[in-house]
Amino acid sequence: MGEKITIEQTAKYSSRGNKATRTGFGEALLEVGRQNPSVVALCADLTGSLNMNLFRKEFPERFIQTGIAEANMISMSAGLATTGKIPVASSFAVFATGRVFDQIRQSVCYSNLNVKICASHAGLTLGEDGATHQILEDIGLMRSLPRMTVVVPCDYSETKRATKAILEHVGPVYLRFGRPNVPDFTSDEDGFEIGKSIELHPGKDVTVIACGIMVWKALEAARILEKEGVTVRVINMHTIKPIDTLAIVRAANDTGAIVTAEEHQMYTGLGEAVANVCARNIPVPIEMVAVEDTFGESGKPDDLLKKYKLTTEDILEKIYLALRRKS
Amino acid sequence: MGKHLKPYPQEKRGKHLQLSTIDELKDMARQVRRDVIRMLAKSNSGHTGGSLGMADIFTALYFRILQHHPHQFRQGADHDMLFLSNGHIAPVWYSVLARSGYFSLDELNYLREVDSYLQGHPTCESGLPGIHIASGSLGQGLSVAVGAALGLRMDGKKGEVFCLMGDGECQEGQIWEAAMSAAHYQLGNLIGIVDYNNQQIDGEVSDVMDVEPFADKWRAFGWDVLTCDGNDIEHFIDTLEYLRKDKSRTKPVVVLATTVMGKGVPFFEGTMPDKSNWHGKAPSKEDEVKALEILGITVFGDF
Repeated sequence: MGEKITIEQTAKYSSRGNKATRTGFGEALLEVGRQNPSVVALCADLTGSLNMNLFRKEFPERFIQTGIAEANMISMSAGLATTGKIPVASSFAVFATGRVFDQIRQSVCYSNLNVKICASHAGLTLGEDGATHQILEDIGLMRSLPRMTVVVPCDYSETKRATKAILEHVGPVYLRFGRPNVPDFTSDEDGFEIGKSIELHPGKDVTVIACGIMVWKALEAARILEKEGVTVRVINMHTIKPIDTLAIVRAANDTGAIVTAEEHQMYTGLGEAVANVCARNIPVPIEMVAVEDTFGESGKPDDLLKKYKLTTEDILEKIYLALRRKS
Repeated sequence: MGKHLKPYPQEKRGKHLQLSTIDELKDMARQVRRDVIRMLAKSNSGHTGGSLGMADIFTALYFRILQHHPHQFRQGADHDMLFLSNGHIAPVWYSVLARSGYFSLDELNYLREVDSYLQGHPTCESGLPGIHIASGSLGQGLSVAVGAALGLRMDGKKGEVFCLMGDGECQEGQIWEAAMSAAHYQLGNLIGIVDYNNQQIDGEVSDVMDVEPFADKWRAFGWDVLTCDGNDIEHFIDTLEYLRKDKSRTKPVVVLATTVMGKGVPFFEGTMPDKSNWHGKAPSKEDEVKALEILGITVFGDF
């Protein structure tokens, strides 16, 4: 990895402004709905929040309002899948995972049915509603299930591509996105292949592996360190399961240290998935930017990210730590 | 055996068997009970009571009522779909599936064994014909059936969806979420059948957690309610044929089928003197010999 890093390369990913990932989901759902009549959508009284009104308006006969009954929604989705439909079951991440874990386990994953669970408002950035709604355990819950694919896109554009990709894929999928407007910076040229991570920034000193809203912050950290002569590889690990083992092993081998970044509990999330791969293949120092075994609280998303140490500065700090441990 | 073989080998399927007379059906129900006792005694584990209690209903459904073809599972354009929500009575289901032609009778030898298609609770992951989805964790099946009924209706299919449940299972809140949604979506193509035996593992349903007034609850949730004797094949068939005659139903229907847990073998029936029941116990070898003697042999023969 001796290549010279230029400003042009890093500038490839500049923000086109802030946009919500859930908007990308709703728009892509409509597009896929137009192409594939088997796609049906279910929502538990959060149609507007999930941006599913577009689909509902154009395909009222393929939209199923389930009311505030998430367990029923997941099992109904499984039933629809037994008739050949491709159901998209949607709610806030807290209600679409932990609340209905047993339904997902038995009726979806064990039964290997083609159900897509698409969840918004994940993590601290749900904001003011507070800890009851800020699920930080969903990635862990979903990646613990055999047969489940777990996808966490990083911006509006990638959420669109991810939504299309999971609806092409046959089998259970959990797609996680969020509430706030966040930088939209990825491009269609990046493509989207489930299980294949994307290197957004080349580097040889350390690698940051991030998912969701932390990908942009990782990119910011890499750009800051460029000026200090430290080159940071940034990997957008949009699929947590199946994890891209090859990219992780290569990063460990090429850069000798890894920092993970996610809006999720440190236990059971992306960090542990990466650590698992490294521990079994190529042990290197790993630092984790994540919520450290605590619940969130009410507040503005940015204030919460600051308090719970999920900012660009926190990534920088963990990079320094990783670099120290490496040497 | 060999559940890794997918799809289930065609040559191992049996002949599609349908029965026309009540006498034949009664004989088959007796054979199904023999199968249940023999399977459970052999595996020395499993749920005897509910499997015996539902033998008449399963026999009536698979050999007379259902529009289905065992060799066109999942392909039948207008076939009925059946979901067993209280999956623990799988042995009676396995028996009728095998005897109506879905898979080889030989599979019945391997209930609950490693690598067997016949898992302790029903599963579809092995591709065993006849089973659409796993069940065992209670309360999910009616929701699944609601989804399937919506799916069939969207495609304009004529098949109807059957969902079998236990009365104790109706203590699960999700059953009532599903009931509410079935009425909301006016699922006239959905038929619920409840094994109304007032038994669950800890004792009588009325003692453990009363579900009464049961029929009123279903009516209040927007369902039509029919009652019948679930151990009287003729009565059950009459009830089902009566309700299926009406093709313009716009409400889901539930049949509360009164049954006796353990029916057919007197020493397994109902509540035992010590207040226990045969919900989750398997017959011993001695029980098996005695039970088979009471049931007697049939023209269909043991597996």
